[in-house]
Amino acid sequence: MNTAVLRTEFRLFRREPGAVFWIFLFPTLLLAILGSIPSFREADKSLGGLRPVDAYAPIAVLIALIMSGVQSLPQALTGHRERGVLRRMRLTPVRPSALLGAQMAVQGGVALGSALLALTVGRLAFGVTLPGQPAGYLLALLLAVAAALALGAVVSAVSRTTKIAGAIGTAVFFPMMFCAGVWLPVQEMPHTLARVVGLTPFGAAARALNEAAAGDWPGWGHLGVLAAWTVLLTAGAARWFRWE
Amino acid sequence: MSVIEVSELRKSYGGRRAVDGVSFTVEEGEIFGVLGPNGAGKTTTVECVEGLRVPDSGRVRVTGLDPVADHARVAQVLGAQLQQTELQPKLTVREALEMYASFYPRPADWRPLAERLGLAARLTTRFARLSGGQKQRLFIALALVGAPRVVVLDELTTGLDPRARRDTWELIEDVRAGGVTVLLVTHFMEEAQRLCDRIAVVDQGRVAALDTPAGLIRRSAGATVISFTPSAPLDDDDLTGLPGLASIERKDGRITLSGTDDTVNSVITLLARHRVTAHQLRVVDATLDDAFLDLTKETTA
Repeated sequence: MNTAVLRTEFRLFRREPGAVFWIFLFPTLLLAILGSIPSFREADKSLGGLRPVDAYAPIAVLIALIMSGVQSLPQALTGHRERGVLRRMRLTPVRPSALLGAQMAVQGGVALGSALLALTVGRLAFGVTLPGQPAGYLLALLLAVAAALALGAVVSAVSRTTKIAGAIGTAVFFPMMFCAGVWLPVQEMPHTLARVVGLTPFGAAARALNEAAAGDWPGWGHLGVLAAWTVLLTAGAARWFRWE
Repeated sequence: MSVIEVSELRKSYGGRRAVDGVSFTVEEGEIFGVLGPNGAGKTTTVECVEGLRVPDSGRVRVTGLDPVADHARVAQVLGAQLQQTELQPKLTVREALEMYASFYPRPADWRPLAERLGLAARLTTRFARLSGGQKQRLFIALALVGAPRVVVLDELTTGLDPRARRDTWELIEDVRAGGVTVLLVTHFMEEAQRLCDRIAVVDQGRVAALDTPAGLIRRSAGATVISFTPSAPLDDDDLTGLPGLASIERKDGRITLSGTDDTVNSVITLLARHRVTAHQLRVVDATLDDAFLDLTKETTA
């Protein structure tokens, strides 16, 4: 990792108002809007006694990961490749992989910051309890970040241009949002659907985060699904990625 | 010591031979030009020197190192400017210079470099807002910011106005005066003639000629050009019999001959014998342009 590249990529990220809004601010904003609805602050039996606003806290966290991994990262990487930035970098003692690493660190870091912001606002404004099992929560969160970045890397690898990356990113975006439980929290999904969704990276992440939020150690099955996806997607990205 | 060594380099793309047995060496502190028509294999050749492409066969060495196998070490001593690359659109000139300088163990100070390339007033401008010429000058700065021993410049002054072009030439001469070896790809004859110590004329993937600019002109047929308006018509038979003659051109009563010094003497004798006065007689050396066209004509005809 080259710190000058990392600093530059972070600076450039801050100059993209769209990315800053959707990754860093939108998840918290969504949580705040939902939390402002009175009925969302009342315990719900179908959620196992949780309030909807509590159930949405992990979902807000996952939205940040999906936005950064599937939407923002592929745009940045294919853009760098399309413009020849990666090619130019090959002529310097710093290899283009430094740029790849820096992009992932920036996207992952901002997504984690966004998660922290959502949890803090949830706690202070709506009394959402902080994760009962913080270590398990953090582990699940880090694995989810890794899976999201690996998924983004695969999208960048198979997309020749930023336009294609945008199209593929959007096509992947909605199913991922669904699996994370944006429209229907995973706990409320019918049993069979929940099982299938639990095998997707963000479905598994949602289950693991819910368990850790409730104070239990996240199921190894869910963590295993996340780890398997990360390994698989990383291998695919490494196999298909082209520098030019 | 040879700083760049290329021998029997070959590279094909999908069966089409882009480079077909190119060899040359560049000595330390030399400005070496690679000249040739579009699609002659110039860029492919220098990309092999930069380590961006892997040759099919042949040997390439930069300061004795293999640019592909020893890429990390070559990258420390070689700076390059590429055709058709861009930077991140929202990156400012200053940030680009600072970042690229940080990549090298002993970088040059980028401030005087920016000053020299007329970028000092543009340091806070984002890349996307620079004009074509300013972008080009920034890439030249980035090629030099690592204080390289060898610098490869591909289409150095394309897109620059005449003023900026001349300034850039002076900069390259200064860079060389500092002991840096320069490999220059160009299709600007004036640039090659002004800057290069030696030139390899590349045509259809081969080196058609390799010499100093003066040597290339001298060795091409028609190194001397004689033009005049005769006071009375001259016979074509008399003219075609002139020794060393390479070509005759007649236009609006004016005759232009290219040939050798012998041709000049014989023309003067011929005119005296026929008692013809040569109005506006001009004898000039052919330019590199003429030599280039002569050296590459068989293949393009």
